[in-house]
Amino acid sequence: MRRERRPASFWILAAFFALFVLFLYGPLSAIMILSFQGPDGGLTFPLNGVSLHWFRNLTEQQAVGDFGGSFRRSFTLGLMVMAATVVVSLLAGLAFRRRFVGATPLFYLTVASLVVPSIIISLGIGVMFQQIGIRPSWYGSAFGAHLTWTLPFGVLIMFAVFNRFSPSYEEAARDLGASPWQTFRHVLLPMIAPMLVGVGLFGFTLSYDEFARSLMTAGTYNTLPLEIYAMTTNVTTPVLYALGTVTTLFSFLVISLTLAVIVWLGRRRARA
Amino acid sequence: MAIAVEQPAVAPARTTRARLASVPGRLVAYLQAAPLALILGFFLLAPIVMIVVVSFWDYDFARLYPDFILTNYVDTLGSWVTWRTYLNTLKYAVIVWALTLFIGFWVAYFLAFHVRSTTMQTVLFLVCTVPFLTSNIIRMISWIPVLGRNGLVNAALLKTGVVSAPVEWLLYSDFAVVLAMVHLYTLFMVTPIFNTLMRIDRSLIEAARDAGANAWQVLWNVVLPLAKPGMAIGTIFVVTLVMADFITVQVMSGGQSASVALMMRNQMSLLQYPAAAANAVVLLVLLMVAGILRVVDIRKEL
Repeated sequence: MRRERRPASFWILAAFFALFVLFLYGPLSAIMILSFQGPDGGLTFPLNGVSLHWFRNLTEQQAVGDFGGSFRRSFTLGLMVMAATVVVSLLAGLAFRRRFVGATPLFYLTVASLVVPSIIISLGIGVMFQQIGIRPSWYGSAFGAHLTWTLPFGVLIMFAVFNRFSPSYEEAARDLGASPWQTFRHVLLPMIAPMLVGVGLFGFTLSYDEFARSLMTAGTYNTLPLEIYAMTTNVTTPVLYALGTVTTLFSFLVISLTLAVIVWLGRRRARA
Repeated sequence: MAIAVEQPAVAPARTTRARLASVPGRLVAYLQAAPLALILGFFLLAPIVMIVVVSFWDYDFARLYPDFILTNYVDTLGSWVTWRTYLNTLKYAVIVWALTLFIGFWVAYFLAFHVRSTTMQTVLFLVCTVPFLTSNIIRMISWIPVLGRNGLVNAALLKTGVVSAPVEWLLYSDFAVVLAMVHLYTLFMVTPIFNTLMRIDRSLIEAARDAGANAWQVLWNVVLPLAKPGMAIGTIFVVTLVMADFITVQVMSGGQSASVALMMRNQMSLLQYPAAAANAVVLLVLLMVAGILRVVDIRKEL
């Protein structure tokens, strides 16, 4: 069978899409290249030699704050937010499959959480903790602040999943004598597992990169985005780019690992 | 945000479902919804209430004094700096909205209607999504070597002889702010529009074609009206993100432009929390009014 010929509009839109991708990735690749700047190089092209000088510089103690500590905090916080987002979203998704009083207000609240400006949440939590007399900390107030950003994504994804999910599988399991827990563990969970992994990815990366919500809530110790932000105002060497390259590569690594897990789960299910 | 919601997302069907909705079933639903309700109650609702309360408080350089005064509102709304800042923020919102809508629609349209295999669609969509999962600040900084005085764009312009001196307004200007915002936020337009476009029944388009519509008429009379809910959701995202943005404005304008959130940020760093809270309330009310004008059924769209 001969393939239908592509119309001219396809090529125009394809070119438009290619430009869009270039727009998305072009600047990012510029700083990745520039992070290999030689020791005498500056913040712009041309490259003044090629070296790992700025990456080495990164591991040394910085004039402003410490990179290693903030990375560890952001990483731990990301994992905490990820776990909480997956569990809470899954539970909420299950709850919304039934009718219950307050379902609609709770849904509104979830959507509101997505559109209320981050800085307002940051300010509100900061002032509230101050007035109650609890010290803000990255594992307390910032953890909660990040959840207000990741949970709506998780819950909306679970909504989309369950809207397309036929209850007949669970009914079949029940008819065969499975207990509610068995139905959940052996029927429902394997089917939605890839989506849950996706929710986890959102939870981790959105928290790992969150800036505005950490601003007033992180307390004494900075998270990584706060550290990077401080560097943008103080540091005028390519060490900034080196940090950008390292964190971006780390994000890419997390995303690829997650996608690999999703594909693997899909394959395993197809085999079973 | 006024998003009209119909009660059940999943139609409760037949007897087994009815049994599920019995009293213990409902108790289970409450237990399952409780963590979400508690977290949002404590970290979203309570802080907003706190902001409203604090916006009426008095303060000095050291601490806040519980009170009921309108000074914070009078100071904010009575100053022409505030009005100019709101207008400036609104200007960003309108420009960025128009650009992201245009780009977002065509990107989504290409993915939904021109890419034929599902695998390719997924891959290309992921290519668009990945930058969203990386740091916004890094993505902003990455414009510096491109747009700066000695940046790539200026170097290219000088080499080709288009200009004789480096163009100064590329970085640290309104242009840079808008460009960075479009860079950061277009995905929030692409995703909802792509989602609605994918749900359009392809037979509608064939029917239109059979009835003699040309490609342009199909686009204008069939695809575009059906894509409106997605555009509306994208609009809510982009407008609220731009209205609340302070870091893009600060970094990309080099401190030369102001936005509402940046004004709040500055008040916060001076520990003028009640003043910042009054601004937050005004901004929230403004966004809520904008939200009521856009009535969309998000739940149906998922």
